[in-house]
Amino acid sequence: MNRKPFHISRRQIIRGILGTAAFGVTAKLGTACSSTPENTTGSAPSTSETTSSNTPLIIGFIYVGAKDDFGYNQAHAEGAAGIAKIPGVKIVEQANVPETNEVQEAMRSMIEQDGATVIFPTSFGYFDPHVLKMAEEFPDVQFLHAGGLYQEGVHPKNVGSYFGYIDEAQYVAGIVAAHTSKTGKLGFIAAKPIPQVLRNINSFAIGARTIKSDITTQVIFTGDWAEPVKEAESANSMADQGIDVLTCHVDSPKVIVETAEKRGIFCSGYHASQASLAPKGFLTGAEWDWTTIYTKYVQMLQEGKTLKDGTIPHLVRGGFKEGFLKLTPYGAAVSEAAKTDAEAAKAKFMEGTMVIYKGGLKDNKGQVIIPEGKDLVQTAIELEQMNWLVEGVIGSVGS
Amino acid sequence: MTTEAIGWWGVPLGIIAGTLRGSAPFLFVSLGECLTEKSGKINLGLEGTLLTGAMSAYAISYLTGSPWLGVLVAGMAGMFLGAIHGWLCQQPKVNDIAVGIAMIIFGTGMAFFLGKPFIQPAAPHLPAIELGNWSDIPQIQSALKICPLFFMGVAIAPLMHWFFRSTRWGLLIRAVGDSPDASLAMGFSIFKIRMISIIIGSFLAGIGGAYLSLFYPGSWTEGISSGQGLMAVALVIFARWNPIQCLYASLLFGGAQAIGPALQAAGIDSYYYLWNASPYILTLIIMIITCSPQKTLSGVPGALGKES
Amino acid sequence: MILNRNRLKVLEGICLPLGAVLTSLILFGLFCAIAGANPFAVYGSIYKAAFGSWSAFQNTLLRASPLMLSALCTALPARLGLVIIGNEGALVMGGLGATVIGLALGTAPPTIVQIGMALAGMVAGGLWITIVGALKHYRSVNETISSLLMNYIAIAILNHLVNGPMKDPSSLNKPSTFPIAEINMLGTLPGTRVHYGLLYGLIACGVAYFLIQRTTFGFAARTAGGNIRAALIAGLPVGKLTLAICFLAGSCAGLAGMVEVAAVHGRANESLNSNYGYGGILVAFIARHNPLAATLVSILLGGILTSGGILQRVHNLPDATVLVFQGLVFLVVLYSESLYGKFSIFQEQEEENTNKLATV
Repeated sequence: MNRKPFHISRRQIIRGILGTAAFGVTAKLGTACSSTPENTTGSAPSTSETTSSNTPLIIGFIYVGAKDDFGYNQAHAEGAAGIAKIPGVKIVEQANVPETNEVQEAMRSMIEQDGATVIFPTSFGYFDPHVLKMAEEFPDVQFLHAGGLYQEGVHPKNVGSYFGYIDEAQYVAGIVAAHTSKTGKLGFIAAKPIPQVLRNINSFAIGARTIKSDITTQVIFTGDWAEPVKEAESANSMADQGIDVLTCHVDSPKVIVETAEKRGIFCSGYHASQASLAPKGFLTGAEWDWTTIYTKYVQMLQEGKTLKDGTIPHLVRGGFKEGFLKLTPYGAAVSEAAKTDAEAAKAKFMEGTMVIYKGGLKDNKGQVIIPEGKDLVQTAIELEQMNWLVEGVIGSVGS
Repeated sequence: MTTEAIGWWGVPLGIIAGTLRGSAPFLFVSLGECLTEKSGKINLGLEGTLLTGAMSAYAISYLTGSPWLGVLVAGMAGMFLGAIHGWLCQQPKVNDIAVGIAMIIFGTGMAFFLGKPFIQPAAPHLPAIELGNWSDIPQIQSALKICPLFFMGVAIAPLMHWFFRSTRWGLLIRAVGDSPDASLAMGFSIFKIRMISIIIGSFLAGIGGAYLSLFYPGSWTEGISSGQGLMAVALVIFARWNPIQCLYASLLFGGAQAIGPALQAAGIDSYYYLWNASPYILTLIIMIITCSPQKTLSGVPGALGKES
Repeated sequence: MILNRNRLKVLEGICLPLGAVLTSLILFGLFCAIAGANPFAVYGSIYKAAFGSWSAFQNTLLRASPLMLSALCTALPARLGLVIIGNEGALVMGGLGATVIGLALGTAPPTIVQIGMALAGMVAGGLWITIVGALKHYRSVNETISSLLMNYIAIAILNHLVNGPMKDPSSLNKPSTFPIAEINMLGTLPGTRVHYGLLYGLIACGVAYFLIQRTTFGFAARTAGGNIRAALIAGLPVGKLTLAICFLAGSCAGLAGMVEVAAVHGRANESLNSNYGYGGILVAFIARHNPLAATLVSILLGGILTSGGILQRVHNLPDATVLVFQGLVFLVVLYSESLYGKFSIFQEQEEENTNKLATV
């Protein structure tokens, strides 16, 4: 192996040093904003108190996955894009932030470097301890968390939480699925047995049972939010078992919808609209409409309301009635009868008279979970701690 | 298409179907890595190559409407990454495992970066050969829908085995891998031979990626690979650098991936995390049983792991 | 200039990696320019996010701490000639072990609990990698593969326990174990928000360096790593060395897991599995398995990771950009390894006198 030493003369070195110095100077001066002295203490810039019409409202969004995952994070990103158009609002976004102290640092950077005064951390796992810690350190910044369970008196005053009762849309999707299924077997591919997911499964199954009282819903848990191979395997195994309508609660339903289409069975979407992926088998879907709730928050913020003094409510929940979610437009395979029943259910939700979890409900082990006579409305706190599967669902919650 | 439930038959059927569906990526990547390692260099970066192949296949298939063109471009993308790896790891004092890990990161980054616009659209998939039409049972019909790429992979395995044993080029590659000094003495350019082996190995890995995005699971998202490239590299050592055994190992792995979901569909739903880890547990157990200090790793290319 | 040989070597050792980082920055700037961002603005942002202020630098240090400990899990066995990539698995097991002890010792004085957790983390992680070493020694199972497989198995065990037997029912949508009491958690270094994990990392790297370079144990390990036959002939207990080094390696990663539980999360859940393991492998290889160099490389990697956020927020580059940046830096740094001894400026000056006139 021959080695050719590089000959560099002294003249070349001096030229090189001059070049590097020039480069360094350009880097410093060529940037639009020179590095401002950072606030090393916990106080946020004082513009947060008085939101004058001159200073834009800088809102930070943090996503746990990629912004275009055709699912959960994309729904939030679309909501953020919706409010970015409002005059006087500027958004900064950071995606793929794991639920470790990295999200604390992300929030801190948004506050200190970008001047954000409102932060939307959109993944459940950010809440405890990360959002709570940051909220204590930056009392003048407002933290609006998706899905967290805010507790009055326990959690800092500048934290609020919001979420949508998307299980209402899954209930309606269940009605459509029950009408369309010919084998009487439905399938639900879920990531993990956590309350938000279990609620979707149960509402879907209950909705289906209002049409056919002996219809079953098989559940497979893949174990994680994004597991394309497991999701495809689950979809195939379910189709093998005679299930002919699939729905899911995973971060990106794309694989499941496409696999269902390949197997020639029907499917119902989630998070965002996957209708274009399954022209023949797509029924409907449960979609978020985060733009509505984000616009409401922006209105309140621009009026100068804050969480701290209570003018912005700490716990915001909503369903069809409040416009937090929507049903994907029906696919070609949905029958007229299905549409009629689905619209009827939706109308009841809009009136506020629909109760999904009625008294006397049994779980799939035969025990009575909700005592007779006591109906649980959507805002009932017991529903946010759900750890059971309703009668008619095949599967178990334990791992 | 209404199907009757098949109950417990779903488990072995699911495993067989999973084998036929899911082993192709492992097959292509492990065959490619086998070629690379026979020449004496390890290419850990195949995980990044797999993702880049998947992304480029999906992108080209979407842009041109031809999935086979996508497969070809995926192979070429693999060759490009392989060229970088091959050149870099043959520089003096550069450790090929370190380069491999850096290439995983670089390849993954490029794949995700360039692949952003292709997550939303749906690209045409590779066609499937329907071998199951002799049966009335829809489950068997769908289990036997196999992609031609799978057959190509299965054909490449014995071909590669014959290549190493009985052709001059195969002997050259093995010589370079076993004893670089001897091949130097014979006058061959070690650099060129290893470069070609690494590039062709990456070509195969790119095609493995194309299978993921264009057939099964048949979609481009950022989570499409769950460490399959890395596992395929492990499979090569598990298979003792024998292409035929690479084939068997890939089939084993592909089938084991389907155990978890198939069991859940049939009604066993506890311990699903552990069932989902069955490919890894199975491989470990088999390795413990089959390795022994007396046999050691026969078949190890002599120059593997040593810096050039 | 009279530069004697040693000083030249040290200078080379500093200039080449620095040059590599600068070159990779230029390449990355080109990449950003093609992607539509102003490269100079990008450089300014990277500097601002990673080193620009004390607060930003603390962010870098926070990212670097788990990497230092995790890197040792690969760097130590490498001296013995073993390539182990089981850092992730050892970290996860260490975190689990620390949680179990932290909950069991709940009512004891905080110092005892913290020491208990650290020991539990180290033992759990150590045993996990000792299995890999034992398989290698007794059954000749390739340690790279077995450690890789053990990673996946460890993560599966973590998920199973956290979602099942050890689950805290009130942890709802983020299944976790019961939390460790607040007073038992690791605090931060005084005046900063960096937790004690940084200190553990620095101390561990120092101890590892000392162990390998200056003790007979380390010498025995290096000999066995260099030529195993010679070591056997010399009578070195290769088996015991393998197991001991593997235990030490695993215990470092296990300690990193304990720090994640005790300083960051306060409980064990799926976030324990956050790719610190794989980052540690990269750091170990770039640092050529030298524990002291590993501290610096960890800070470099920490700085790169920190800049990921600002690239997204200010320059609208996709989140994958930081991966491209990481890959570029490490590829160029690895290439620079081969340039040692090629630049004549770092060589001794004797022969140059005759050629000087010609090269001007």
